[in-house]
Amino acid sequence: MRKFIIATTALALSAGLALAQETVRMGTEGAYPPYNFINDNGEVDGFERELGDELCKRAGLTCTWVTNDWDSIIPNLVSGNYDTIIAGMSITPERDEVIDFTQEYLPPEPSAYVALSPDVDLEGGVIAAQTGTIQAAYIAETGATLVEFATPDETIAAVKNGEADAVLADKSYLDPIVAESGGTLVFAGDPVPIGGGVGMGIRESDTELKAKFNEAISSMKADGTLNALIKKWFGEDAAGF
Amino acid sequence: MAPPPPARPMFSFCTDPANLPTAEWFACYLTTGKHMAFYGSFLIVLLLLFVTAPIALAFGFGGAMAARSRFAPLSWFGKGYTAVVRGVPDIAFFMFFVIALDQGIEWLRHKIRCPDWDQPIRQGNDFVVCAQAKMPLSNAPQWVHETYGFTLAVFTFSIVFGAFAANVLHGAMRAVPRAQVETAEAYGMSRRQAFWRITVPQMWVYALPGLSNLWMILIKATPLLFLLGVEDIVYWARELGGAKTSAYSYPHPDWRLWYFLALLVFYLGLTRISEIVLGRVTARLSHGQATLGGQAQRKAGG
Repeated sequence: MRKFIIATTALALSAGLALAQETVRMGTEGAYPPYNFINDNGEVDGFERELGDELCKRAGLTCTWVTNDWDSIIPNLVSGNYDTIIAGMSITPERDEVIDFTQEYLPPEPSAYVALSPDVDLEGGVIAAQTGTIQAAYIAETGATLVEFATPDETIAAVKNGEADAVLADKSYLDPIVAESGGTLVFAGDPVPIGGGVGMGIRESDTELKAKFNEAISSMKADGTLNALIKKWFGEDAAGF
Repeated sequence: MAPPPPARPMFSFCTDPANLPTAEWFACYLTTGKHMAFYGSFLIVLLLLFVTAPIALAFGFGGAMAARSRFAPLSWFGKGYTAVVRGVPDIAFFMFFVIALDQGIEWLRHKIRCPDWDQPIRQGNDFVVCAQAKMPLSNAPQWVHETYGFTLAVFTFSIVFGAFAANVLHGAMRAVPRAQVETAEAYGMSRRQAFWRITVPQMWVYALPGLSNLWMILIKATPLLFLLGVEDIVYWARELGGAKTSAYSYPHPDWRLWYFLALLVFYLGLTRISEIVLGRVTARLSHGQATLGGQAQRKAGG
């Protein structure tokens, strides 16, 4: 009965909207400031929110925002629960086998280690990273012991409470955290150049949508709005296009 | 799409949280839109419990009756249902079954609504159905998506807990003293009459300990909601409690401990209330029964 009620509501709603264009559901994680996060009003906010809204406007699409766990963000795209992943996802060959990516909207950027002191053992120590990230894959290749967490926030907490010696994550995610830690957290070792640029993940079968977003990204690159947006969210020194 | 207008804060002094004294800061902090969603998720959890429990009980009753059936295929179905669902780990069930169910619904709708579709539904890794077959439709408002997710959650929880309840009820039906049913038959009742008039009213007292365990486990299982895309209290506690930089209006260090402490109080409170209610129900059901509890009541002159 509940199903029936919902089905009829959905039908009734869709009848009114049938002529309107289709809604593109933008999937993001909502836990990775400044890329994307849930602000205090409970809405998706951050660089990718602003970028995504602008891209949708330029591509003439109606978009809504959906959050999903990082762990299952690709499976849920593939099974059609939303139509794009816009969640600071680096373009890697492994991911590219499963989904498609638009062109980069952020250039490749280094990852960095953060620890309680600058001279921790990054080669043989315990390093925290978020599950299913390029950083986790990288640590697994080095001699260090990898501990994985479901959310980025938990990787930082693990370093603070001593569970891990250091955390490896995108440098631009760590920058504000280190700056506001009051000196407890510091960068350790050199930045690590891993991963390609960041692009939007799109189902391999969705070539039309991919073309639309590629075109919108190109137009934002061409008129400099993308660079301005990158500077706004990642600081004046951030690399643009 | 234009960004939504900022939600109005509950108190007028909340416009500039960075320069507030502590008490006001907390008053504003605890009434942000995000916290309201957190408080709302408590109601979602309670709603899930109160909707799921009766449905699961109905599934259990159906399963137990099927297992007792003299019609062999029905009996196999009832026994198979309890055995299979009880054997599969909950988390696997929640991952696999829900995706399969969701895709099954969309596949059916696709077959009905888009008979002329010429592309395959499975394209490599992708599951592609026509836009009209999406469940819910991709242009449906977010609350429809959430209600759909919640409904899937209720259905899945009901199937899982129904299987356990079926096992409990099946055992309880067999625990009713055989002499009671034989007496009923001696009075000329049919098998069906004896079942509904004698077995069912008496079995509850035997089923109750098992069912109350299930209820407690159901309370604890509600965080599995997040696997189904429903943002439950544990999700919000983790999200709100995590350390916040100045990208947020209310920066704070790692406060997860406090949020999880609040959850602890909530869950313990819920458990305590359940214990009290279940204790009363047991006392009432034991009344006049040929059980130890009923005997004790008789001796006490109750």
